[in-house]
Amino acid sequence: MQIALQQLVNGLTVGAFYALIALGYTMVYGIIRLINFAHGDIYAVGAFLGLSVYGLLAFFRVGDPVLATLVALVVSMGCTGLLGVLLYRVAYRPLLRARLSILISAIGGSLTLEYGLFLVYSPSFLVYPHLFGRAGLTAGDIQISWLQILIFASSIVLMAALYLMVHRTKIGMAMRALAINQDAARLMGVDVSRVIALTFFLGSVLAAFAGVLTGLYYSQISFLMGFLIGLKAFTAAVLGGIGNIPGAVLGGFLLGILESLAAGYFSSRWKDVVAFAILIVILVVRPRGLLGERVVERM
Amino acid sequence: MLYRFAPAAAAVLVAIVLPIAGTPYLIDVGTLVLVYVILGLGLNVVVGYAGLLDLGYAAFFAIGAYTTALLMVDYHWPFWVTLPVAALLTALSGIIIGTPTLRLRSDYLAIVTLGFGEIVRIAATNLTFTGGPEGVYGIPHPRIGMFVLRSPQAMYVLAMAFALLVLVGSYNLARSRLGRAWLAIREDEAAAQAAGIYPVYFKLMAYVLGAVFAGAAGSFFAVKLTAINPSSFTFIQSVTILMVIILGGMGSLPGVILGAAVIVMLPEALRAFDQVRMFAFGIGLIALMLIRPQGLWPSRIGQIERRVVAASAASIAAGTGADTVASTE
Repeated sequence: MQIALQQLVNGLTVGAFYALIALGYTMVYGIIRLINFAHGDIYAVGAFLGLSVYGLLAFFRVGDPVLATLVALVVSMGCTGLLGVLLYRVAYRPLLRARLSILISAIGGSLTLEYGLFLVYSPSFLVYPHLFGRAGLTAGDIQISWLQILIFASSIVLMAALYLMVHRTKIGMAMRALAINQDAARLMGVDVSRVIALTFFLGSVLAAFAGVLTGLYYSQISFLMGFLIGLKAFTAAVLGGIGNIPGAVLGGFLLGILESLAAGYFSSRWKDVVAFAILIVILVVRPRGLLGERVVERM
Repeated sequence: MLYRFAPAAAAVLVAIVLPIAGTPYLIDVGTLVLVYVILGLGLNVVVGYAGLLDLGYAAFFAIGAYTTALLMVDYHWPFWVTLPVAALLTALSGIIIGTPTLRLRSDYLAIVTLGFGEIVRIAATNLTFTGGPEGVYGIPHPRIGMFVLRSPQAMYVLAMAFALLVLVGSYNLARSRLGRAWLAIREDEAAAQAAGIYPVYFKLMAYVLGAVFAGAAGSFFAVKLTAINPSSFTFIQSVTILMVIILGGMGSLPGVILGAAVIVMLPEALRAFDQVRMFAFGIGLIALMLIRPQGLWPSRIGQIERRVVAASAASIAAGTGADTVASTE
């Protein structure tokens, strides 16, 4: 039972990362039906940019960990968001009508970002600053660090903000309209390309947020860090019902918990297989996911 | 006419002269090109003919290689007997992974195959009977009667035999009933379905045939290297094979050969280039899709189809549609 509860805590933390990244997949897929393979690597770029900002701040002797983290988050989120838009403009926008070509272009984008990080930063692991320690709450044998609470709470706040934006603002309405029918939305005066670009921006911002927090949580990052987590976040999006925002959040947390339990009770070496097994089972049994209303197009 | 046959003639000449006059290193490079030709032709059936994006193709390559390696090392089976077993196992795994996913939108296939590729690699690394991260070594050379195929020349000839077999197979497949069904599904699935083609069955055929080709390439790869480990079967390997057919031109057989030659020889020729190779691959993929999505040597079948479609569209526009459609049947 203790193992289960402790793994539940860890699973919620990892699940928050999955959920944040899954949101980017689900929004882009919902609007232009593209599996953005480069999204996991956008997250990695966010982590690396955050590390650079920490480095700069340390150079200028900004010692306060909270201030440093805030600056690192904001700068990394902003720059990564713009990178996401750039990726869309260069690699995806000219190919929106070519289904196979755009997927291949997305793989190209993924490799470019991964090995761009490899060339610019380092082929090996880089160490993140250790700002928050392991202190936290203890209940019996279960430990919850302050960092885990911070990750969980801030992720929930961001997700709620995104949900409100999509459902309560005019631009959010434009996004939803695009997801239903692009041509009709255009006729209603929606600037389609701009809204798609905004979607990429938002997805990349959330991914960068997850990237910086992962760096703090695991205290090391590598240029390939986005590959596996990208796959898993996509799995989370499918699990929750792709195109559905609460679904991505639910899928992310669920996947995080299942995976942590599997790691706790079996072996952590097989942890990664769990996610893919879930993906395949979901696609066989319930392709529209847990919360997906729309039946997946069978084409 | 000459310009069309000159490159093919040159390729045949190089292929024949290489084992006679080449150094062992050059012959090995030639053998590696042939391995990628086989892999490329196999993936071409899946991606080029049927239009399904497979991102875990290296998994089938791995299953073929491990089957042959383990049967030869642990059970002392002769190479030739392991081939049908490898083919059977790859076909079976193709059916298992393809059946549930091929019914969905084809984007899902891309991500599921990616996951499958990772599962196979992780399994090969973690399981004990596959030798873990060290893999399998001491794989014997294949033999014909008393003659052991050991020299670079012998392996080259064996690879050439495999490649020619797969090449002829691919050529005939494209022109068979299967090939026409794939073309129809790729170009317009709804129309193909209306014409009585059941897409899931034909997609599965393409997927499984592609898997078997990769399995054969894997079997050869195992006896060529005499040692295999999971690092040969990563996602990067799958992307490299994909790059072979995209560079050459999806659906085009000469394109696959050209693509394999470029992909193998470019890094060999520019060793210093190795650091930026994957980065260049990434940029190259995007650039190719933007500038020349049909590849360096595009498929002529595709061009002819497009021309026929354009012609019939033009004649329909001119009001003579019925005659033209009937005459192209």
